[in-house]
Amino acid sequence: MSTQKDRLSLIIPNFKESPCVDKVGVEERVARFQTRSIKAEAKAQGLRMALNMIDLTTLEGKDTPRKVKQMCYKAQHLHSVCPGLPNVAAVCVYPSMVGVAKKAVGDSGVKVASVSTAFPSGQAPLSVKIMDTKFAVAEGADEIDMVISRGKFLSGEYNFVFDEIAAIKDACGKTRLKVILETGELVTLDNVRRASDIAMYGGADFIKTSTGKIQPAATMQVTYTMLQAIRDFKLKTGIQIGMKPAGGISNSKLALHNLVMVKETLGEDWLTNEWFRFGASSLANDVLMQIMKAETGVYQSTNYFSKD
Amino acid sequence: MAKKKENQSKAVKWDYSPAPESSSHINMKDQYELFIGGKWVKPSSGKYFDTINPANKRKLAKIAYANEKDIDKAVKAARKAYKTVWSKTAPAERAKYIYRIARLMQERAREFAVIESLDSGKVIRESRDVDVPLACNHFFYYAGWADKLEYAFPNRKVESLGVAGQITPWNFPLLMAAWKIAPALATGNCVVLKPAETTPLTALKLAEIIEESGLPPGVVNIVTGYGDTGAAIVNHDDVDKIAFTGSTGVGKIIQKAIASTDKKATLELGGKSANIILEDAPIDQAVEGIVNGIFFNQGHVCCAGSRLFVQESVAEEVIEKLKHRISSLIVGDPMDKNTDIGAINSKEQLDIINRYIKIGLDEGATMYQPDCSLPKSGYYCRPTLFMNVAQSSTIVQEEIFGPVLTIQTFRTVDEAIEKANNTPYGLAAGIWTDKGSRIFNLANKLNAGVIWANTYNKFDPTSPFGGYKESGFGREGGLQGLSAYVKLK
Repeated sequence: MSTQKDRLSLIIPNFKESPCVDKVGVEERVARFQTRSIKAEAKAQGLRMALNMIDLTTLEGKDTPRKVKQMCYKAQHLHSVCPGLPNVAAVCVYPSMVGVAKKAVGDSGVKVASVSTAFPSGQAPLSVKIMDTKFAVAEGADEIDMVISRGKFLSGEYNFVFDEIAAIKDACGKTRLKVILETGELVTLDNVRRASDIAMYGGADFIKTSTGKIQPAATMQVTYTMLQAIRDFKLKTGIQIGMKPAGGISNSKLALHNLVMVKETLGEDWLTNEWFRFGASSLANDVLMQIMKAETGVYQSTNYFSKD
Repeated sequence: MAKKKENQSKAVKWDYSPAPESSSHINMKDQYELFIGGKWVKPSSGKYFDTINPANKRKLAKIAYANEKDIDKAVKAARKAYKTVWSKTAPAERAKYIYRIARLMQERAREFAVIESLDSGKVIRESRDVDVPLACNHFFYYAGWADKLEYAFPNRKVESLGVAGQITPWNFPLLMAAWKIAPALATGNCVVLKPAETTPLTALKLAEIIEESGLPPGVVNIVTGYGDTGAAIVNHDDVDKIAFTGSTGVGKIIQKAIASTDKKATLELGGKSANIILEDAPIDQAVEGIVNGIFFNQGHVCCAGSRLFVQESVAEEVIEKLKHRISSLIVGDPMDKNTDIGAINSKEQLDIINRYIKIGLDEGATMYQPDCSLPKSGYYCRPTLFMNVAQSSTIVQEEIFGPVLTIQTFRTVDEAIEKANNTPYGLAAGIWTDKGSRIFNLANKLNAGVIWANTYNKFDPTSPFGGYKESGFGREGGLQGLSAYVKLK
């Protein structure tokens, strides 16, 4: 993983000149990924891979320690009747719940990710955002999911957005930083590309599509555009950046198509939960249902899968 | 403290398992006769030839070999149908038959797609998503014109020609048959069609559907054979029009053969189309367009974007990304739903492609092929890029008709236009730029019949298709496609 020092030694490009993206072409390419037929062994492997890449998420005003504990238990016991299943990659909670979550996941290897920087709107002064982040890190968060200032981005203040990301990365220290672009508010793919570039040069270890609070969220078009930005960044700087589509990926088929897209755009180096995550709450059970279908030959009722 | 458990996964290889399209549902005979006058008749020579699956060299069926006598029979059947029935059939009635053919094809789309892939080597994804739906759409589209010809040609009296002799190529067997038959029927002509000898099956399946549709006997006749069979159609006295799609070489022979007759002709011939990437283009989408332009249907596309022109300032990036992209293409069994590049249509064609690859290397060009595995049996060719080539290189000048792309760079737009036009062909061109004004500028100056902007190899029945210069004349598709089959008074 690159340090912030490495990152700051890069020559920062003019973000106004980020590459343009042709929406029609992107839609066509994405449609091609969706025609890939993932069967048999490839499907079984893909489903397990997807399960292990999930950030199980609860981000609600009504979250309580008990709710978070239940979700953390689920994260470590996805479906006990089927032995040998992996755990999810992480649980994702608000800063106030990090302490609870950290304790609940214990030494299971499941990471705790915390949203921060006045999630989801990001409408707070930088000092508050830094405090928010430092609090989550102090509570033991393994990963920080920050939001960018979309208002500033849309008014063309790219340096402001960049500086903010760099400041949060500083506050994170060694904690991995995911930068949420909230692509549903950026609207165009050109903007998504530009915001991805700003985030990566600013210090993101991961770039993430959405908060889950705004629609549309992680469309394949948006994720594809971000994957290409990641590939270009790797080609230019040698630094590998992770990707996290979040929101809207609710079934296995879509998850597999996302994995196909990662494999064909970035290569298999990214097919691990170190570099690719799904931010989702309902995906896990659908994947489990498909795994059980493959094991037993029949679909089981949703009542057989725990909802925590 | 206990050691923390590991939950971090390692990057592993993830290959797609085989996903073969089933061929158990298709209905294919061991032997096919000639479809003449609404009946299946044996060839007068008694001769048959085999059509094989180029993906594994296995024989698919025996096909009747028509000679001059058979062609005479077919033309007579067409003439009789024209005189006694078809020229007297009300246009709206003609439309009904064409709609019926379209619907029957659509109902059996899967069967058509599978047979097309088996016979031609093209990937099932393309025959399923492109060839067959487009072929149906051509029939639907021209059915709509049948009773509206007076609106297509305002203030003119529209008459049909009579009997059209049609010869189709092996790259899009069913689609080319549809391109030719649909407008001919809509305008009230009768047809004698000869599909290519390596890919006759879907045209014969189409004959079965035509039979089932109740189209009057003799309105469409489908005859199979080699070049001499085609020559017999071209040289028959009672054929009013020749429609040919194929090589420029054969096009020239046809043109000479009909020189002293009043036969009308449309020729859709070869190409060496330029795909031009300007520095402000959306590069990643342009790379997709390059791939789609040259590797679609194994490069067996007359309008394939086989000459790539990249502006020097982005050349390195484009080539690097192109190499990366083609390394993810899957070459193999055409029947697998995940295959991107299928089998080369025939041994003859593979030999031609390999000969050009050798010429390229001999002339000092730099070749790049991804390190992908190829099936052991069958005819296959890796996607191939040639760098360090010039206008004077053989592989830049001649049509290869395979998955081989030549890459040249340019400095200014004028240079790109000059080089793109510096060819005897003029079928298609692609322009990639973010600026609308540049698109209009280039589109006006490129000598090509079809020009795509920020896309490539897009076809639609409503859009005319055809070439400049030695890429042929006449247009197929759209309103313009009708005029190839009518006399205007």
